Amino acid sequence: MDIDHATAVAFSKSWGLFYLIALSIGVLIYTFRPSNKKRFDRAKKTILDKEDRP
Amino acid sequence: MMVSQLTRGERQGSILIAAAVALCGLALAIAGRNDPLGVHGAFVLVGSVALIAFLLSRLDSPEPDVSRRPSEYYDDPIKVGIALSMIWAVFGMFVGVWVAAELAWPSLNFNTAWLSFGRLRPAHTTGVIFGFGGNALIATSFHVVQRTSRARLAGQISPWFVLLGYNLFCFLAVTGYLMGLTQSKEYAEPEWYADLWLVVVWVTYFVLYLRTIARRKEPHIYVANWYFMAFIVVVAILHIVNNLAIPVSLGHAWSYPIWSGVQDAMVQWWYGHNAVAFFLTAGFLGMMYYYLPKRAERPIFSYRLSILSFWGITFFYMWAGSHHLHYTALPHWVQTLGMTFSIMLLVPSWASAGNAILTLNGAWHKVRDDATLRFMFVAAVFYGLSTFEGSFLAIRPVNSLSHYTDWTVGHVHAGALGWVALITFGSIYTLVPSLWKRERMYSAALVEVHFWLALIGTLIYVFAMWNSGIVQGLMWRTYTESGTLAYSFLDSLVAMYPYYIARTLGGFLFLLGAIVGCYNIWMTVRASPAAAETALKDLPDARWAEGTATTPAE
Ligand code: HEM
Ligand code: HEM
Repeated sequence: MDIDHATAVAFSKSWGLFYLIALSIGVLIYTFRPSNKKRFDRAKKTILDKEDRP
Repeated sequence: MMVSQLTRGERQGSILIAAAVALCGLALAIAGRNDPLGVHGAFVLVGSVALIAFLLSRLDSPEPDVSRRPSEYYDDPIKVGIALSMIWAVFGMFVGVWVAAELAWPSLNFNTAWLSFGRLRPAHTTGVIFGFGGNALIATSFHVVQRTSRARLAGQISPWFVLLGYNLFCFLAVTGYLMGLTQSKEYAEPEWYADLWLVVVWVTYFVLYLRTIARRKEPHIYVANWYFMAFIVVVAILHIVNNLAIPVSLGHAWSYPIWSGVQDAMVQWWYGHNAVAFFLTAGFLGMMYYYLPKRAERPIFSYRLSILSFWGITFFYMWAGSHHLHYTALPHWVQTLGMTFSIMLLVPSWASAGNAILTLNGAWHKVRDDATLRFMFVAAVFYGLSTFEGSFLAIRPVNSLSHYTDWTVGHVHAGALGWVALITFGSIYTLVPSLWKRERMYSAALVEVHFWLALIGTLIYVFAMWNSGIVQGLMWRTYTESGTLAYSFLDSLVAMYPYYIARTLGGFLFLLGAIVGCYNIWMTVRASPAAAETALKDLPDARWAEGTATTPAE
C-alpha cells in the first residue's frame, strides 16, 4: 500500500481519537475503582512518615 | 566522600569504566585533530584520567560495611548532585544576566567571538535548563524514589555514572557553543557524539530507576515517581528522534539531521515543546508532589486528581508542539490540532496547580512563616499562571501578535523562574537539612532573603518582557493611512531599551538570590550536626527534618 499524506491524515484523525478516548476511559476506571482507594490513601499518607530507613 | 561507600571491587569497576571513557576521548582526539571534535576528545581524556587518578589514590581507603546497605539509603550521589545543580545555577544565571545586558548594551561582547550573543545564549539555556534543572531533577529523583519505595538505589556505581556522565554532556555542550559548535536546533544544540553519549547515560538512568522501583517495599508506586519516569522515558524518546543525524565524517563535529524541510521543523518543535513538558514540567511536578506535602506535613489534597492530571498532561502535551509553528508551511490542520490540545492542556495543568494550592489550604500560617514552603506555594501559582498564558499564546490569532516578540521570552521566564527555579529552591531547602542530618538550614533569614530576591527578580523580569513584547508586537503591526508600516524595525528596537535594562536588573536580583542560597547551603553542610542541635534546642517550632535524632520512631 502506498502511504501518502492523505492516508497519514486519515489514520491520525481516526485512530488518534479512538486511542485517546480508550485511554481516558482506562484511566478513569483505574482512578475511581473502589478497590484502589485503600492503596491511594495509604500512598498519600505514608510519604509523611518520618522514618528514614529503607 | 565519593568513594567511601564503594567497596574495593566497585572502585576497580569504576576505574575500568573511566578508562573506557578515556579511550573514547583519545579516539575522538585523534580522529578530530584540529576540529572542535578533537578539542572535546582531549577534554574527555583529561577529565577521565583525572577521575582515574582520584580513584586510584582512594583505592585502599577504608571499605564500607556492605551488610548494612539494605537498611540504608544511598545519598552520596544526591549530595553531589545538589552541589552541581547550584553551581550550574550560578553559572547559567550569570550568563543569562550577561546576555540580557548584551541586548541592552551590545558592546559587552567586546568584539570577541565566544562572548557573542549567539554563542552565550545557548550557554545560558543549557546551563540553566540542563545544568541547573537537570542536576536538580536527577538528585531529587534519586531521593524521592528511595524514600517513596523504601528501597535503596539499585546500584552503587550507576548513580555516579548517571550523574557524572550527565554533567560531562552539559560540559561538552557549553564548551562546544563557545567554540561555535551547534546543530542549530534549540535546546538540542550539542553535536552527534555528545548526543550519543547522552543516550548511554540516559538509558542507564532509566534502568536504574526501574530497578529501584522494582525493589520497592510499598505496594503502590507513589505519583511523584510516575512523573519522574515520564520525564526519563519521554526525554529519551525525544532526544533520540530529534537528534537523528549523519556526521559529515567521524573526524568532524558537524552533522546533518536526517529530517528536512517542514518535517524537520515539526520534529524539532515536537521535541522542543515536549522538552518544556517533560523536562521543565513533569519532573518538577514530581518534586512538587513529594516535597510540598512533606514540608507542609499534609498529604496531597487529592491523590486521585494527581493521577488524572498525570495522564492528562502526559498525553495532551504530546500533541501540542505544533503551536510553535503557527502560520508556517505546516499543514493548517496540524496547527489547529496543536492549538486545540494546548487549550485542553489547561485542564490537567490547573488540576496540578490547584491540587498543590489546596494541599496548603488550612496551613496558611505555615506558608506565611516558612519561606521554604512559600517558595513552593509561589511556584504552584506561577505554574498556574504560565500554563494559562501558554494556552492563551497557543491560540493562532494571539500567536500572530506574540510570536517573535519578547512576550514569548516573558512566558518562558514566568515558567522558568517562577515555576521551575522556585520549586527547585523550595525542594532543595527541604532536602538539604534532611540529607545532611541537620535540624534545619543554617539561616532561615537567608532563605527569606533568597525568597524575596527571587520573587522580586521574577516579577521585574516578567513584567518588563510582557511590556516589551506587546509594544513590539503592536509596533510591528501598526500601519499608516497609506498602508505602509508605521515603524521600522529599528524604531521597535529603540523602544526595547528601557525594558532590556529592567530585565537585566530583575535577572541580577534573581542571580543574587541563588548566590545567597549557595552560601546558606554551604554553611548548613559545614555546620557540625551536634553544634546545630544544641544551638536549636531552645527554638519552639523546630521544622520538619527527616530522620534526625528528634524522631523517636528510630
Ligand atoms: C538570572 C536569571 C535569568 C536571566 C537574566 C535570563 C536571561 C535570558 C535572556 C536575555 C534570554 C534571551 C532572550 C532573547 O533571545 O531575546 C533568555 C532566554 C532563555 N532563558 Fe533565561 N534568564 C534567566 C534565568 C533562566 C532560567 C532559570 C531558565 C530555566 C530554568 C531560563 C530559561 C531560558 C530559556 C528556555 C530561554 C530561551 C527562550 C526562547 O527561546 O524563547 N532562563 N534568558
Ligand atoms: C499549558 C501549558 C503551556 C502551553 C500551552 C504553552 C504554550 C506555549 C506557546 C504557544 C509558546 C509560544 C510559541 C511561539 O510563539 O513560538 C510557548 C513558548 C515557550 N514556553 Fe510554553 N506553554 C505552556 C507552559 C509552559 C511552561 C510551564 C514552561 C516552562 C517552564 C514553558 C516554557 C516555554 C518555552 C521555553 C517556550 C519558548 C520556546 C522557544 O521558542 O524557544 N511553557 N509556550
